[in-house]
Amino acid sequence: MPENSILGSSPLRKEGRAKVLGEAKYVDDLSLPGMWFGATVRSTIARGKIRKITFSQDVNWSEYAIVTASDVPGENTIVHLTRDHPCLAAEQVNHPEEPILLLAHPDKKALLAATAGVHIDYEELPGVFTIEESEAAVENGDTERIIWPGSDAGGTANCFKQYLMYSADAKDTEQGLALAFENADYIVQGEYSTGAQEQLYIENNGVIAECNKDADGRVTDVCVRGSMQCPYYLVHALTLVFGLPEEKCRVIQTETGGAFGGKEDFPSVIGSHAALLAMKCGHPVKITYDRAEDMAATTKRHPSRTRHRTAVSKDGKLLGGTIEFAIDGGAYATLSPVVLSRGTIHAPGPYKWPYLRVRAKAMATNVPPHGAFRGFGAPQSLFALERHMDKVAKVVGLTPEELRRRNFLSTGDCTATGQPLNDPVDMQKLLTRALEEHGYHEKLKRFAEENKHSSIKRGVGFATFMHGAGFTGSGERRLNSLVHVEVNADGRPNLLVSSTEFGQGTNTILCQVAAQALSLPYENISIAQPDTRVVPNSGPTVASRTAMIVGKLVERACKKLLTTLQDYASLPPQHTPGEFRKAAGFYVAEHGSLRSSVRYEPVKPIFWDDELYRGDAYPAYAWAVYVAEVAVDLNTYMATVTRFDALQEVGKVMHPVLAKGQVEGGVAQGIGYALYEKCVWKNGRMLNNQMTNYIMPTSADLPPIHVHFEEVPSAHGPGGAKGIGELPMDGPAPAILNAIENATGVAFHSIPLLPEDLFERFASFTERAHGGSEELDGSIDRDTRTEVDA
Amino acid sequence: MRSDVTQFELTAPATLTEVLRRLADNPGRHTVLAGGTELMVALNTGRLATHSFLSIQHLRELRFIRETPDTIQIGAGATFTDIRGSKIICAELPLLAQSASWTGSVANQNRGTLGGNICNASPAADTPPALLAYDANVTLISAASMRELPYRDFHLGYKRTAMRSDELLHTITLPRIYAGHRQYIRKVGTRNAQAISKVALAAIALVEAGRIIDIRVGAASLADRPLRCTAAETVLIGQTIGGEGMEALVRKARAALAGEAEPIDDIRSTAKYRIAVGANLLEEFLRSL
Repeated sequence: MPENSILGSSPLRKEGRAKVLGEAKYVDDLSLPGMWFGATVRSTIARGKIRKITFSQDVNWSEYAIVTASDVPGENTIVHLTRDHPCLAAEQVNHPEEPILLLAHPDKKALLAATAGVHIDYEELPGVFTIEESEAAVENGDTERIIWPGSDAGGTANCFKQYLMYSADAKDTEQGLALAFENADYIVQGEYSTGAQEQLYIENNGVIAECNKDADGRVTDVCVRGSMQCPYYLVHALTLVFGLPEEKCRVIQTETGGAFGGKEDFPSVIGSHAALLAMKCGHPVKITYDRAEDMAATTKRHPSRTRHRTAVSKDGKLLGGTIEFAIDGGAYATLSPVVLSRGTIHAPGPYKWPYLRVRAKAMATNVPPHGAFRGFGAPQSLFALERHMDKVAKVVGLTPEELRRRNFLSTGDCTATGQPLNDPVDMQKLLTRALEEHGYHEKLKRFAEENKHSSIKRGVGFATFMHGAGFTGSGERRLNSLVHVEVNADGRPNLLVSSTEFGQGTNTILCQVAAQALSLPYENISIAQPDTRVVPNSGPTVASRTAMIVGKLVERACKKLLTTLQDYASLPPQHTPGEFRKAAGFYVAEHGSLRSSVRYEPVKPIFWDDELYRGDAYPAYAWAVYVAEVAVDLNTYMATVTRFDALQEVGKVMHPVLAKGQVEGGVAQGIGYALYEKCVWKNGRMLNNQMTNYIMPTSADLPPIHVHFEEVPSAHGPGGAKGIGELPMDGPAPAILNAIENATGVAFHSIPLLPEDLFERFASFTERAHGGSEELDGSIDRDTRTEVDA
Repeated sequence: MRSDVTQFELTAPATLTEVLRRLADNPGRHTVLAGGTELMVALNTGRLATHSFLSIQHLRELRFIRETPDTIQIGAGATFTDIRGSKIICAELPLLAQSASWTGSVANQNRGTLGGNICNASPAADTPPALLAYDANVTLISAASMRELPYRDFHLGYKRTAMRSDELLHTITLPRIYAGHRQYIRKVGTRNAQAISKVALAAIALVEAGRIIDIRVGAASLADRPLRCTAAETVLIGQTIGGEGMEALVRKARAALAGEAEPIDDIRSTAKYRIAVGANLLEEFLRSL
């Protein structure tokens, strides 16, 4: 890397100025001529047949555009991996808040009375609302509660997907497991669970759609602009809903105020809805959700349950293990199979398992479909694993540190999927440094002493983990991502990618990569607004893939561009910006335009077997050790994180300020996941769908977060970078619960862990235990009764 | 926004007299709007039942903090920010200043008023426990009359108060007698800021020669209204702090509080938790005496 490297420095964000000055236009700031507004009529029950839809006499319906399932010109589906998810419910609803009917009107206010004026009669059917209820229906052959029939994509009754993953050949592994459990000095079992979590981006979901028709009234093309992560996902959804070819479905990403996965799959729903209304009324239509609708009706993180059974020797060596991982997918398959996949592959963690079997499944329930959220299954299975490792340590009589040290993967080892770790991995060193940075050992001693005399119990705990960057297995090859770099007439390079900026820094880091590769100033590089008419499909902005995968493509495209200019426009090998401009100008004059395109190619061969679920699961992994210090107040049973240290090895750090921000934000989100954010459900409906009663931590609840990096350049990303986006979501929850066990001596296995849950455990020594925060009654709110229907 | 604001009527009468006249002319028709920090939440969620509002936000005569030799008088229109910023309140009524600092956000505190906080009558409201502990009086005015009553008699039930529909809360009066008292307040919310109480306790006690000769305890979220904990006070008054009987006294006080509290399971917490933590807070106070 040359000196004055732009990669590794922290230039101003490309869109930062517009955001700071309030000039950035979000979808709700935009208006198109003649634009109408749309609203969604949703199911009020969890499951049932739609008997009849009636329209109130009090509304002048001739002013409104009304869309039902029968208006869908193409296929009534929101396509993800299967086509089970209707765009609008036709005969039956399968979760509360399911869209049934759409309304549009030129005056947004007029939608309030109209939405209330649509009455839907149902024949209610019994629902299932938890993993356990869904499983029980299958086990008992309770056909009334089989809420999802199966699919041709591997789904069975009530189960969207199953995986069976072995650490080697299935038969050998089963034999090895049998022997391991027979010979084990200890067998440690545990069950762990995690709750749903709302993404809580600042900007709610919103889009504006346009639709053109030919003389016969047939839809010729549609265009949707809005807040989203993956413009080409929406293109795909629109092609089915309208029966149009891709090039007739244009999608433009507008400035996006946060996403966290919540705008990965969902924009396909709201985008299709707005386009249908635009088709019906002949005007552009804007739909923006308010917070309550966004929280009640859109996706959340999948709740999970993980069961561990582990064979250990008395010196703390893992001999074998079985992991049963289950997630609650909600009413439709959506992305659950891939969330399950990532959760399954991360379930073994950064450890050597001589014999391991992971059995995983995604169950159907009558709640709104759960979807993508930062971490994508990994926070769930890693929470279970890292709590379980502390339990194993306790049983064996080792410290949590020593147990992990005896089982860490290191360079040259194979992961549980059989992937050889050829790139350097040093978890031992990471652990040593993280514990030192935190003052872990000193605190361990001091708190043990101080806690004897205090009603505030302090403790420390940590989690060691990894996160795979990029799509799983053969996913990147299937995506076949494409990027263009073009040089404008003024000699300035412009990046054309479908990777989106939603606060995390895509624009900035990709421009840094280009500046570095082209030896040009960062300020000279621009990046196009993602508009599918202009930018190629460089894949979705998900899976911690943008920096590493798309960054590498940008780097390659830029190098190719330089070669072109060197070969055909006499650009010298070491050039100044002026020489570049001159050469580019010369080339454009000669050839009309200058554009370099590259497609994804693995840096090294990647082998993956989808059938056996074995091989190179990810091109590269980020490795991390997170350490939490907590204080548990026995007067209030509140656990507070008082300091947090996050150490990670993410390859080359491209932009230290943004990278630190990613980690701080992820840790804050992880603290919310662990201790505050509980979705209160009743019959599949979220009752606390407001920011006053869905308790996201504030800055007053967050500790100092110390972010540390180890930099080990990776061949897979530009300048040695790997993925970072999701990693910080994985570690906080188990580290915090491990610290709470250290502080109080009481082990907790479920998150979110609220004060009511701590109270139950401490109070239950003298009285009968009950449900803790499970007894929260979401239908009652004495402070602001208006919030919730009593 | 789930309400159509064109469907609401908002009047801002120029004078207090005019407000009172309108309240008298059509008792129960109008809802008084001070800071609006509660009502606007209901408006946004589309659950604001009444449709006619009389704004008193601009009435300067309701926004004051005055001292007399024996009392501190706070106008119903004084904001949380006014209260937090008042030197005399911070010095003499620290529990009130503290509770005002806990309410909502700074923006809420700039608009929200003490009168609104009391009249909204949420059992979880932040300032009532302190006002109960300080034994405040409230002055209610109407077009026809003016009356004063002890604040402890103000809350009659869930969001029901002693205020008639033609009346307005004018002044909250607090005695200046707490210089020698031990004072305690703690809010246990769902988080450390922007939170509604799961339980909160405010208490004052005067201890002389080891004996409690004056004590008052107010609590939030332990009943359907802000709760003056008289049963606990009765157990404690006249008792000796510290010494042999302390453990028994703490137990009796906890039991008395648990006996008079009637909390519920709701969206924020459970009844069991509220009782236990309320008792823990009381114990924390007693052990600090």
